[in-house]
Amino acid sequence: MPEPSKKISKSPVHPLDDLLRTDRIPHIWCSGCGTGTAFSSCLTAIKASGLELDNVVMISGIGCSGRAAGYVKLDSYHTTHGRAIPFATGMKLANPKLNVIVFSGDGDLFAIGGNHFIHAARRNVDLTVICVNNLNYGMTGGQVAATTPFQAKTSTTTTGNPEAPFNLPLLAYASGATYIARWTILHTRDLTNSIIEALNKKGFSFIEVLSPCPVNYGRRNKEKSLDTLKLYQEKGIIKNNANPADTDIDFEKGIILGKFIDIERATCIENYDKTCRLV
Amino acid sequence: MKQAVLTGAHYLTGDEACAEGALAAGCRFFGGYPITPATEVAERISERLPEVGGTFIQMEDEIAAMASILGASCAGVKSMTATSGPGFSLMMENIGLGIVTETPCVVVNVQRAGPSTGLPTMGAQADMMQAKWGSHGDYEIIALAPSSPQEIFYQTITAFNLSETYRLPVLIMTDEIVGHMSEKVVIPDAKEIKTVSRITPKGKKDNFKPFKPGPNGIAPMPAAGDGYKVHFTGLTHDEKGYPVMTVEAQAMMMAQLMNKIRNNLDKIIMTERYRLDDAEIAIISYGVSSRTSLAAVDEARQMGIRAGLLRLITVWPFPDDQIRRLANQVKGFITVEINLGQIHYEVQRCAGYRVPAYLVGHPGGTIISPDEVIKVLKEAF
Ligand SMILES: Cc1ncc(C[n+]2csc(CCOP(=O)(O)OP(=O)(O)O)c2C)c(N)n1
Ligand code: SF4
Ligand SMILES: [Mg+2]
Repeated sequence: MPEPSKKISKSPVHPLDDLLRTDRIPHIWCSGCGTGTAFSSCLTAIKASGLELDNVVMISGIGCSGRAAGYVKLDSYHTTHGRAIPFATGMKLANPKLNVIVFSGDGDLFAIGGNHFIHAARRNVDLTVICVNNLNYGMTGGQVAATTPFQAKTSTTTTGNPEAPFNLPLLAYASGATYIARWTILHTRDLTNSIIEALNKKGFSFIEVLSPCPVNYGRRNKEKSLDTLKLYQEKGIIKNNANPADTDIDFEKGIILGKFIDIERATCIENYDKTCRLV
Repeated sequence: MKQAVLTGAHYLTGDEACAEGALAAGCRFFGGYPITPATEVAERISERLPEVGGTFIQMEDEIAAMASILGASCAGVKSMTATSGPGFSLMMENIGLGIVTETPCVVVNVQRAGPSTGLPTMGAQADMMQAKWGSHGDYEIIALAPSSPQEIFYQTITAFNLSETYRLPVLIMTDEIVGHMSEKVVIPDAKEIKTVSRITPKGKKDNFKPFKPGPNGIAPMPAAGDGYKVHFTGLTHDEKGYPVMTVEAQAMMMAQLMNKIRNNLDKIIMTERYRLDDAEIAIISYGVSSRTSLAAVDEARQMGIRAGLLRLITVWPFPDDQIRRLANQVKGFITVEINLGQIHYEVQRCAGYRVPAYLVGHPGGTIISPDEVIKVLKEAF
């Protein structure tokens, strides 16, 4: 587990303070970690969305990214590893008035929780799922993930990853998600705008955020935090409406970013009401 | 909207009666996954819930089913799932989350013979220790064991009431035989059914502590959307719900989880005594095996053997005191259960080896006949 960052200076009120559990700061994220940037984009988006904050809920699984639910001053639930989405599904179906955000990591959402992701997308449960993709399991010390690039080094693939990673937007698309975007933590404005759109859109929205984990992934793959950001800048190609089949992550060819999918489809609840509530 | 309480006399299976009991208790969310012999609970409630303004969802597995009912409960809606052995195993991690986040819900296990896939269509009572200890870590749990469709109807209501009162998942440990048998079930008028809902907080919303016990030892629980901005976590936490990674915080939290049950044993433990007052031999049983035991007691009495039955309605927490008291009265105990020794060891522990305790067990797949009990009765005493 990463060390909590050292004392931070008491600055005057930050514009996001009202959405933060300031009594829980300092957070656990390492310096150079991208999770905090993705998190503050999310908070900015929540604020800008115009949603009634009492009805906004954040649910996380387990991991460094999964700690987000512990810092946001909303009704927030830090569940078990991989299970944020089914917990969120129950919550949303039980009270459709809630606007439910799932904020979690790539390992959490796509390895142990992969089955839940595809089924929630298939059902079109009205959730906004934000995945901090740092290409590895940060919290447990940098093991290989379902998103680790082929041949990349991790603590359980010290000679290189022999497996191929998921293309997450394609997986989301094939499963039925109605909103799909990918950004990096360098593209905070685009990321924030995407989250605002997703929050205000009904249906299953998925946003992948590429984010450095210098302490575990970076160290083993000779990338300092800044190198990773440079990579995002140099290799990032913004291509809205790109075909999700073309969005596999290839740092040689370039990584395609943008909003890929934004379509309408009846939600889980709408279809349930229409089909099952016959009286 | 149709009636949630189907007042009248019906001919129902145990599984169907369970679904009706849940609706009568106010359950309005069910997340399930099919598995024999629990499927009929889901089938019945999938039809009935939308009729009464509730929601049914068949999740992708039992892990998801369990997670979904916790989510629904945190949204303020009474929720339930039903499963059998393999699915019960899959639910364990999130049952632990329910315990540590003090989230009310009801989990039904219609037991079949195991281990593993076992005998899917044939009954057993071999998950009783899993019910107590199946999720990792130390905790107290409440588990009930109904012995008939009529009883499953009432116990499902009781299970919801206990879960809402003490803020925890409550287990209904029934079995294939009770789940699949059809008997007369009388459902009373809605106004005669006592239902309990969790205490919700009133007053100041700022800095609210969702794990700070109220005067009754249980913390009021707001729902998501109520404006209290709560934080729930599976990590060890303080009264505010914030993670605290210390030995002291662990001790505080554990004391709360244990004491809310241990301080209320009198209110939680339900048993039924049958011909026990002058008994020399106490039969301890629960669920379907208590029906076997009842017949065995009558038969033994006819033979001049002073046997009696203590039927466990609540199996967890265990009625230690009642068994200890009986140990001063009787010459010995016989535990009747469809497993090869689970509750039997609890009885032995409480009997303190002052008097012998025997097991009439079974490897699973069918009921135990009264003859087997009589045989042990005659041989042992
Ligand atoms: C059931 C279970 N298995 C394993 C773990 C250990 N574990 C904690 S976090 C984690 C991986 C998290 O990876 P990711 O979701 O990518 O989050 P990150 O830390 O990279 O942000 C694992 C395997 C656990 N908590 N629970
Ligand atoms: S993701 Fe990596 S850098 Fe970020 S907090 Fe976890 S271990 Fe540290
Ligand atoms: Mg990760």
